[in-house]
Amino acid sequence: MSKQSETDLRYHDMGGLPAGPVERSEHDYALWEKRVDALMVLSTSRGLFTVDGLRRAIEDMGPDAYETRSYYERWIYAVNRNLIEAGAYTPDELAARMEAVAARGADYATCSRAAEPSDA
Amino acid sequence: MPHDDHDHDHEHVHHEGMSPSGHPYRADQDEPLTYWQTMEIAVRELLEEKGIFSAAEIATAIGRMDARSPADGARVVAKAWTDPAFKARLMADGSAAAAELGCAIDALKLVVVENTADTHNVIVCTLCSCYPRNLLGLPPDWYKNRAYRSRVVKEPRSVLAEFGLALPDSIRVRVHDSTADMRYIVLPARPAGTEGWSEERLAALVTRDSMIGVGLPHAAA
Repeated sequence: MSKQSETDLRYHDMGGLPAGPVERSEHDYALWEKRVDALMVLSTSRGLFTVDGLRRAIEDMGPDAYETRSYYERWIYAVNRNLIEAGAYTPDELAARMEAVAARGADYATCSRAAEPSDA
Repeated sequence: MPHDDHDHDHEHVHHEGMSPSGHPYRADQDEPLTYWQTMEIAVRELLEEKGIFSAAEIATAIGRMDARSPADGARVVAKAWTDPAFKARLMADGSAAAAELGCAIDALKLVVVENTADTHNVIVCTLCSCYPRNLLGLPPDWYKNRAYRSRVVKEPRSVLAEFGLALPDSIRVRVHDSTADMRYIVLPARPAGTEGWSEERLAALVTRDSMIGVGLPHAAA
């Protein structure tokens, strides 16, 4: 059996591959990122899907998307896919709501405000 | 100044554009709305409207995560340094022992790996980002990025040196690759000169990086 070459590895399976220096960047998570994290935690605690479901969607998104999207961009992509698969809402409902959200304004605070009556 | 070297006894100096913890804010509130932010808002609203989660439950989940920090792990480490019976329980079943101190590990299996005179441990998740978040809070960006995940399993001494931790060849380095259901945390060695110290005083020496294994606790001052 021939040794598996690096090109046979899935793109997330990067242990042992060459890479540059560790850039010790850190940032405080933005509200939208914390909300994605909370959606994941609540979804798994309710049994809507599992962490393995999250991983499966992320590991199927393709190498270009994996490399270019930020961490919580990958997560909301995967959370959404799993929630649709679980029947929480339909792709049509999501598309309509995304269109409505984007129509509210130009930035995150404005567009998410409609869901937060306490901010009114 | 590295993140863990902040002296929390002193008043923080707030730099313009930096958060109170000294990190840059990630642009979000005043930048143009992104496609993925739009999706987050839409998903959250749909779930709330369908009664699957409430807005309050989402806020509570965020609050729980925000409340977690390396101080939780430091309390566990300091307890292990001062209470041999607790340390024995911690090494046997990390999840149960952490729960004794009020740190719920949920369904995860927590495995504690101990640094000794001849062995240094470091943790990673090569496949994604698994991290002992219940004891350390959310992971730093570098823990989730390609360079650390790729290299620390192959050339750990070089990576540790980049973090300022130069280990002599006589010290064996063990790298532990986490999984979704099993998380590691490093029990660093107790610094010399801390005999008789209280748990609280010891906990102040324990840095986040020392529990990941890319650093050591602060020395006794």
